[in-house]
Amino acid sequence: MNTQTHFAQPTVVAKQTLTPQQIFRKQVAGESLHPGVSDSVHRHVLTVLVENTLDALNRVANLFSQRGFNLESVSMGEAKDPSLRRMTIVTIGNDRIIAQVIRQLNNLIDTIEVEDVTLHDHVERELCLVQVRCSALERPVLISVVDIFRATVVNITPDSLTFEVTGPPAKINAFIGMMRDYDVLEVARSGRVAMRRELAFEH
Amino acid sequence: MNIATKVLERATESRTSKNAPKGESHTGGGLLTGAEIFIRSLEAEGVEIVFGYPGGAVIGIYDTMHRLNPTFKHVLVRHEQGGTHAAEGYAKSTGKVGTVLVTSGPGATNCVTGIADAYMDSIPIVVFTGQVPTKLIGNDAFQECDTIGVTRSITKHSFLVRDVNDLAATIKKAYYIARTGRPGPVVVDLPKDVLMATAPFHYPASIAIRGYSFAQKGNKNQLQIASDMIRASKKPLFYVGGGAIIADAAEVLTRVARRINAPVTTTLHGLGAFPENDSLSVGMLGMHGTWYANKAVQNTDLLIAVGARFDDRVTGKIEAWAPHAKIIHIDIDPACISKNVPADCPILGDVKLVLEQLEPLVEPKDTSEWLKQIDVWKAECPMSFKSDGKLRPQEIIRALRDKTGGHATVVTDVGQNQMWGAQFFTYVHPRTHITSGGLGTMGFSLPAAMGVAFGQKPGGLPVISINGDGGVLMNIQELGVAAAHKLPLKVVILNNSYLGMVRQWQELFHEERYSHTDLTPTNPDFVKLAEAFNCVGLRCERPEDIQSTIDAAWEVTDRPVVMDFKVIMEEKVFPMVPSGATTDEMITASAEDIN
Ligand SMILES: Cc1cc2nc3c(=O)[nH]c(=O)nc-3n(C[C@H](O)[C@H](O)[C@H](O)COP(=O)(O)OP(=O)(O)OC[C@H]3O[C@@H](n4cnc5c(N)ncnc54)[C@H](O)[C@@H]3O)c2cc1C
Ligand SMILES: Cc1ncc(C[n+]2csc(CCOP(=O)(O)OP(=O)(O)O)c2C)c(N)n1
Repeated sequence: MNTQTHFAQPTVVAKQTLTPQQIFRKQVAGESLHPGVSDSVHRHVLTVLVENTLDALNRVANLFSQRGFNLESVSMGEAKDPSLRRMTIVTIGNDRIIAQVIRQLNNLIDTIEVEDVTLHDHVERELCLVQVRCSALERPVLISVVDIFRATVVNITPDSLTFEVTGPPAKINAFIGMMRDYDVLEVARSGRVAMRRELAFEH
Repeated sequence: MNIATKVLERATESRTSKNAPKGESHTGGGLLTGAEIFIRSLEAEGVEIVFGYPGGAVIGIYDTMHRLNPTFKHVLVRHEQGGTHAAEGYAKSTGKVGTVLVTSGPGATNCVTGIADAYMDSIPIVVFTGQVPTKLIGNDAFQECDTIGVTRSITKHSFLVRDVNDLAATIKKAYYIARTGRPGPVVVDLPKDVLMATAPFHYPASIAIRGYSFAQKGNKNQLQIASDMIRASKKPLFYVGGGAIIADAAEVLTRVARRINAPVTTTLHGLGAFPENDSLSVGMLGMHGTWYANKAVQNTDLLIAVGARFDDRVTGKIEAWAPHAKIIHIDIDPACISKNVPADCPILGDVKLVLEQLEPLVEPKDTSEWLKQIDVWKAECPMSFKSDGKLRPQEIIRALRDKTGGHATVVTDVGQNQMWGAQFFTYVHPRTHITSGGLGTMGFSLPAAMGVAFGQKPGGLPVISINGDGGVLMNIQELGVAAAHKLPLKVVILNNSYLGMVRQWQELFHEERYSHTDLTPTNPDFVKLAEAFNCVGLRCERPEDIQSTIDAAWEVTDRPVVMDFKVIMEEKVFPMVPSGATTDEMITASAEDIN
């Protein structure tokens, strides 16, 4: 485990009253040296392997409210080892905050492994169910639209259709965007799951 | 750091001295009740003292204690909060884990403040709470409280024991987690049926916790970088925190600081890690630190942070703090490093081990220019107070120091008394200054001082509890406990008839609107109060009586003495960096005089 952090030395020397040390600190914090420009904030997907207990889930969720971290989505399911669970967490922050999120997650006794998959080649998937009001007349048109997304019809009634679509979050967003043209009755998204992609052929 | 993967290592016992667990213990094939297993486990863990308060959910444990006559002592406190603070005081002064035992519901919620306090100040305590029987959990049963839920964000970890077969191993884990790494409070919730069920007893000699590991030795490359930075520095400064005391690193720290001739400032929790009577000491830094310590911080080119967490009471407005300093940061908690201020050279590890690694890598340095500058600052604005015939709190603290030569354990409460206690007593030994810093819990001092006294070997240092007239009443009930156990506590009340620290802010920042800080209408007669608790009560109203009051108090050896010092209410704590201001905007006592 390498928990030592190595930060780049300051390269830009702004013509302000800031000392080199202050410039360095601002850069590390991801802050601009020029006032008015906000920190660069990114979305990160973390996978967290935790003990298979309710308390472990509670502690992870609690950490985000306790420390004021952003929690955009969380999903949890069985891992390969039945005594563990894998959580996929989507959080937002600048590099300093994300480093804090990871360290604080690691500090929990119930976490076994924390990985920021965003930093690696990885696969992200989400599942989404959408129920749309739809008369028999409109059905063929709607189905031809959702076909483009490879969505499948999982339920049908005389005046509604329910679709299931899986894919990367961007695709789900696009799909939901398209459905806005229709009378959407209900949307359910699973939250993301993610995994590192093992590369068979490194170049 | 991209991937932070915990090493799946066996968390085996590596520390030897602390709490000296007696190791493996079992009873062959026989079955014991949960309550019996609890007691035998504490014995096997080497617990010396339990601060507790009984009730329905733990009555079985108390009954078993009565029958088994365990090797540890049980002290019946008079409020569960007092029990947790006593455990904290015991833990901080001995370096061992403090133990608390309380009942479910209100017993547990009364512990919340103490648990939060221990969490903020990294104090190892284990709090055992009773719980309703497992099948009633969630039913709003009598005296039910979701203790694990309530304490989740203020514990290092917690356990709800659902199976008596897990009890002994859980207790082992609780003590192990509380004591190792960055110490902290652990809650163990014990449902009543688990205490009544039976199982074979086996107290494991070691345990494996796959998700738990902590740093020990520092990374060699980082150490090399650190020693290069030290060599290159012209104005190095040690910034020493509570971690140095937790790690028992005072000796090696002192050696390294003297070797490289670097001045040392400490946080409130670092007091005693470096002798304050050493010429390299610049005392405490921060909001109420010395002027010269803060000056040194603002001018140093290399800050060597040792087990300190860059608290906002230390840094003030963080952007302007230590503007010229490169930072070496030694800490055991990865989440503490670069949390508030990024470190140029982070070293993850135990302070003592890291400093021992660093010692041979550094060479003696000539810093005489820098030390000369610091001496100029020391002379420019020394720590002082007026002597004008009025009874001033600082003079009392100085008299206590002179009485003991600094060889005493001082436990302060929160507020002005805490700051004067930090500023005017000269701390020369580690573990002799104990206070509630992170949470700032009024009512901490008296029960914590009691915990210190319980942890002492015969002939230990005198224990001085310093209080305001506000905070002392928040756990005054423990005076009865200290008296019953004949603890010769020296309880000092700096009685300014006000919530002094709040009054100070009202005077300085709220245009003297003293909203609800006058305690005169509700204060008791503290001498009578002391006597009612079977303690000695003394009153002092004039500076010329300070010495005789203290001398009289030191004559008493078989019970606590309460000294009610009627100090003037106008006295304020200086220097002061106003909240949110930069360290350069410090107000000093003399500046105040001009206004
Ligand atoms: C009214 C009031 C006024 C205050 N004014 C001041 C003030 O003027 N100055 C001041 O300094 N404080 C002041 N405080 C206290 C302040 O709030 C903080 O509690 C304090 O500064 C924190 O001290 P610390 O940095 O030493 O950290 P601690 O809280 O003592 O934390 C210890 C650090 O050491 C690390 N550590 C623990 N064990 C080890 C180990 N074995 N090896 C390595 N690292 C380890 C931990 O991870 C942590 O980072 C005040 C408090 C109050 C209530
Ligand atoms: C439990 C609790 N409540 C409120 C506060 C806020 N507070 C901080 S200092 C202070 C005044 C303390 O007054 P006193 O105990 O008389 O001590 P003094 O400052 O006069 O020495 C208060 C109310 C606190 N720290 N803890």
